[in-house]
Amino acid sequence: MVTPILPLEVSEAVVKRRGKTLLGPVDLTVSQSGFTIVMGPNGAGKTTFLRTLHGLERLSKGEVTWQVPLTEARLRQAFVFQTPIMLRRSVRDNLIYPLTLRGTKKVKARALAEEWALRVGLARTLEQQAPQLSGGEKQKLALARALILEPDIIFLDEPCANLDGRAMREIETILLDACAAGTRIIMATHDIGQAKRLATDVVFLMHGHIIENSPAQDFFAGPKTPQAAALLQGDIVE
Amino acid sequence: MGDIWEGLVAGFWLVVTLDPDLVEITLRSLQVTVTATVIASLIALPFGAWLVIRRFRHRRATIAVLNALMGLPPVVVGLIVYLLLSRSGPFGVFGLLFTPTAMIIAQVIIITPLIASIAHQSVRDIWAEYHDLLISFSTTKRQRIATLIWDGRRALMTAALAGFGRAIGEVGAIMIVGGNIDHATRVLTTAIALETGKGDFALALGLGFVLIALAVAVNIAIHAIGQTESEGKW
Repeated sequence: MVTPILPLEVSEAVVKRRGKTLLGPVDLTVSQSGFTIVMGPNGAGKTTFLRTLHGLERLSKGEVTWQVPLTEARLRQAFVFQTPIMLRRSVRDNLIYPLTLRGTKKVKARALAEEWALRVGLARTLEQQAPQLSGGEKQKLALARALILEPDIIFLDEPCANLDGRAMREIETILLDACAAGTRIIMATHDIGQAKRLATDVVFLMHGHIIENSPAQDFFAGPKTPQAAALLQGDIVE
Repeated sequence: MGDIWEGLVAGFWLVVTLDPDLVEITLRSLQVTVTATVIASLIALPFGAWLVIRRFRHRRATIAVLNALMGLPPVVVGLIVYLLLSRSGPFGVFGLLFTPTAMIIAQVIIITPLIASIAHQSVRDIWAEYHDLLISFSTTKRQRIATLIWDGRRALMTAALAGFGRAIGEVGAIMIVGGNIDHATRVLTTAIALETGKGDFALALGLGFVLIALAVAVNIAIHAIGQTESEGKW
């Protein structure tokens, strides 16, 4: 039996760069299942928060603890960036890439790539060069490339920013399917409507601090902080 | 002007009649230069990529030295290789002096920094683009280098071609370590130097035109094989 990597414990985590505190101190426990939405105004630290959990940022203080050794935990998680990073290869080779890193056999990797391309609606673009795809297609490819490894947890940094309604709907469907299949999802978004559609719980960040962390129902029904209430009312929060 | 025209005509006839001496020294030129380029690329391309992904104490100084070595004087390289390979030198026992192998060694030393430096600059841009993704995938350093070289292969081909261009036109070092021995170490550039010394400018120019044509042909062939400049490929 595989040891679960969650819950994830974040305690007193601080990220500083050039003497400036970007995040923290932050404390959080990420449970084994659910869809966490990270909200907050620009510059609140959403991206740094996600990158810190994923291990892309070096902690100045505190710790992020998984239930398995860090090296194993790193292999069982994935990250989708706000601006999708496309390898200078075909769509097929982008999908195969993470599988080959993990030693998946070529035949199986090709079959999985085709399956995922079909699942995210990119079957017709398999031989196309990935950097030439449209914004929505790139984001779907980035998502498929992250999910193809069947990670236990996936971090998404505003994956639907700059996408139209249809592309957003497609990505939300993929995410909900993944969540239903057992993948833990933590996603940053500015879109309140999207947060309402997807979230099981919400983390609200301001100036690098978590000022609210509650179940989605409670958060949207009656936010505890004036900043969150203002954001939900459509006011400008700084 | 007359000499140039005569040179063109001489070069044309040498090629058309498949002059045995020309064929021999052309093939030797190609053998020495292609071997040196392959060996230098095998060293320089991973080294250039490694320099990009690796952070260490004297990294900037290393890059500065590497860039400075691009202008390594071939005659000095030739002299050092000569001293190393000469009978009384540390590698004299191998008997490599005045052989094509010695010429290859000298050329590898001359072009490795050039290829590594250009490779470093090409790979740096890709690394800036890929950095977060490759870290996110928990790639090993070896996997990162392999990915950067593979995805930057078309740009890196230019680095290798720059090395090839420098090596095939090089005369100072290979003259010293090769000795320009007929049917043994004579190549196009040393033959040109010899014919110029003898005052046979037409033949020297003819060989010069063959050398230029060879360099251009190799470049075109490599670009065609690598499909550079084709739509959507890097």
